[in-house]
Amino acid sequence: MPLLEVDNLKVRFHTRNGIVRAVDGVSFAVEKGETVGIVGESGSGKSVTCYSLLGLIPMPPGKIEGGTAMFDGQDLLSLTEKQLSKIRGKRISMIFQDPMTSLNPYLKISTQLTEPLRIHDGLGKSEALDRAIAEMDAVGIPDPKKRIHSYPHEFSGGMRQRVMIAMATITRPEILIADEPTTALDVTIQRQVLDLIKTRQEELGSAVIFITHDLAVVSEVCDFVNVMYAGRFVERAPVGNLFREPRHAYTRALQASIPALQTKGEELYTIPGRPPDLRKEITGCVFAPRCETETREQCLTDHRPELVEVTPHHWVQDCPGCLGRWAR
Amino acid sequence: MIRYLASRIFQGLLVLFALYTITFFLVKAMPGDPFTGEKNIPEDVKRNMREQSGLNDPLFIQYLNYPKAVLLEGSFNYSIKKKRPVVDIIAQAFPASLALGVSALIFAVMLAIPIGVISAFRRNSWVDYSGMAIAMIGICVPSFVIGPLLQISIATHIPALRIAGWDSPIDILLPAITLGLGTAAYLARLTRGGMLEILSQDYIRTARAKGLSTSRIMIVHALRGGLIPSVAFIGPAFAALISGSFIVESIFQIPGMGQHFVTAITDRDEFLVLGLALFYGFLVVVMNLVADLLVGFLNPRVRLAELDA
Repeated sequence: MPLLEVDNLKVRFHTRNGIVRAVDGVSFAVEKGETVGIVGESGSGKSVTCYSLLGLIPMPPGKIEGGTAMFDGQDLLSLTEKQLSKIRGKRISMIFQDPMTSLNPYLKISTQLTEPLRIHDGLGKSEALDRAIAEMDAVGIPDPKKRIHSYPHEFSGGMRQRVMIAMATITRPEILIADEPTTALDVTIQRQVLDLIKTRQEELGSAVIFITHDLAVVSEVCDFVNVMYAGRFVERAPVGNLFREPRHAYTRALQASIPALQTKGEELYTIPGRPPDLRKEITGCVFAPRCETETREQCLTDHRPELVEVTPHHWVQDCPGCLGRWAR
Repeated sequence: MIRYLASRIFQGLLVLFALYTITFFLVKAMPGDPFTGEKNIPEDVKRNMREQSGLNDPLFIQYLNYPKAVLLEGSFNYSIKKKRPVVDIIAQAFPASLALGVSALIFAVMLAIPIGVISAFRRNSWVDYSGMAIAMIGICVPSFVIGPLLQISIATHIPALRIAGWDSPIDILLPAITLGLGTAAYLARLTRGGMLEILSQDYIRTARAKGLSTSRIMIVHALRGGLIPSVAFIGPAFAALISGSFIVESIFQIPGMGQHFVTAITDRDEFLVLGLALFYGFLVVVMNLVADLLVGFLNPRVRLAELDA
């Protein structure tokens, strides 16, 4: 039985300008110790998927319209706020994108770092402080005994992200959700932070849900990848399969946009057009307007393509247009 | 820290001197003099009286004489009309205004901060709307309406309360409410705004993701930053509250400073006007400094910047 099993999750935002179908029937599972990636452009619903699991989307306007998320025999989506807050930060914790804004500037690192231990494990002040210092040491912050009494603004961006990771892993969570943990960092620091997350994951045996728009990062850290577009998964596969034989036009377009894989001197490839407006009801294939296959005329228009398993564990949206040969 | 304080005190003195200069020339620009009145005083007697008060000296000499007396002799001169030292007049009237102002501030803070915090937390709910509607009324309705309303609706029905007067401690209640309501209303809106600003920050989401309870998020993570605009406002507002309100003190017959601000002007009582203006200026400068120190205490980033400066 998987550690976390999300089934047919639907999240909508009821805004003044209409209903935004941010997540529209998403299913995935996370096994113990596994790293699952969710990849997609900004606004594809990656973050909302994970935030809604922990009840972190603002409600209203957000609303979970359907689905289940089974974690250790209980459905996260139907827990009360009180029950959920026992799991948040203890058994499932999160690392956020921007370490500059995700730490409270008014509180010392010591307060913020010991908080999870004190509220979840009921540790006393000095005991929690010792654990926090050890955790800072584990994430590679030099001189933690002294540094722990600093404020966030006294740390660099990379160091703050290390603090965030320490804060997320200090309770030894079973699942760690990393929401674009390297996006806001310098390229040189990105590498270190990725390695750190991997190391901590191996030491603690946690599963990781890795949200990113960077396929290159995915290829390095993930075991299994879900490619998300306009609130749905268009392709799901083990990382090797996905990179060796991507099926969906969107996955192939994403891969083509990795700068490192392109010939030097050539103009960088970008996917034409923009993601669709999620306030509009979409009947056919969502990717059709941006699809660049030879068969794009065959994209479904009357119903949404379903995910089908093409080879074992490799699922793709069954849209004849998007599965055809690429025109480029 | 000491360097910072020294520079702030120096700045404060500059402000006071500028205030003195402006007030001095405005007073001189007023038509008439302290001896203009309905009584017909012979011109040579008037000249004599002016001579005694040093009002016949050239303007520039007068402009220099006042600060000289203040700095060298510690004398704020005397009220020409009341024939008493300005310091005495302020010393006699200030305690009542101070007591009233402090009570008004306590009332305002106790009322406004909870309303602001709850409104922010339950934004766009009926609690928020009614809280902010009441605050809007508090801002719009002037104290000369609220005062008499309180007198009629409350003081006339409760035997312990009197309509006006300044004898027993309970007499402070209604004027404090009247005086504090406007401040409370403004403060509630500031607190709500400050809290909303903080609650939309990423680090509040982090705090929620850590599994903290709502009350802990509010008190430990949000309140500190959310109160900064309110604290910055309370400083000068406090100076305004304790320096006396002519309207509230007249309605409730309180022997405070408010009356002097008005009568000193109508009397063209130069030295009393200057003394009151400087005293009020002094309070504003000090309270602003206190507020800034408090903000620095609340916000570690400001603290650092100050020490660097």
